[in-house]
Amino acid sequence: MAERMSLVLFSGTVDKLMAASILATGGAAMGMEVDIFLTTWGIEAFRAGAYKTNQKVSADFEEYGPVMMEAMQVKKAPSWMENLKGAKEIGEVTISACSMTMELFGLQLSDLEPIVDEVTGVATFVERARESKISLFI
Amino acid sequence: MSEAVNIAVDKEIDARGSFCPGPLMELIRGIKTLPVGGTLAVLSSDPGSTKDIPAWIQKARHELIGAFPENGYTRFVARKAH
Repeated sequence: MAERMSLVLFSGTVDKLMAASILATGGAAMGMEVDIFLTTWGIEAFRAGAYKTNQKVSADFEEYGPVMMEAMQVKKAPSWMENLKGAKEIGEVTISACSMTMELFGLQLSDLEPIVDEVTGVATFVERARESKISLFI
Repeated sequence: MSEAVNIAVDKEIDARGSFCPGPLMELIRGIKTLPVGGTLAVLSSDPGSTKDIPAWIQKARHELIGAFPENGYTRFVARKAH
């Protein structure tokens, strides 16, 4: 059985989404099963179409936001969404949305980007994460 | 060692200028398209990939034929082993 990486994606800012997407890509590239559990601002970031206009950067580093976005453009860095799509192509990546947040925000799976596979509860995530070799909170 | 630079490969991917995990992703996609025994070269200028690429090849149990430093980039040559 392949080793697993569990990643709770709580954040919705581009800087953290990038970090999460690269870690997920690394996991997928190295043959791990990657479980991404979206919650709170992570779910907001995956609302259908949101990724196209999301320019938010963590508050502590707000003033670097435009510089970072520009550097990514100039150097043609793939966006976090492109990284995740690539990761899904080459490996086993499952993206689940936290059912509690979905309820709170009044959302259904169809309101989110198609790359999100399912809505699950925290117990499902915990059951899978307890066996994971790598667990991350972003 | 200079003859190593000219090893003929079935597929060559120029990933120079693209950065981590770009070159590794190109390698993985490229190897998928090869038949077993096929060879592939990836050109990468990214320092992270210099470590990642041989690590992946070993983990995925393919064969690293060589990592040839060129002017400002490295040419990784691999064979699909299975």
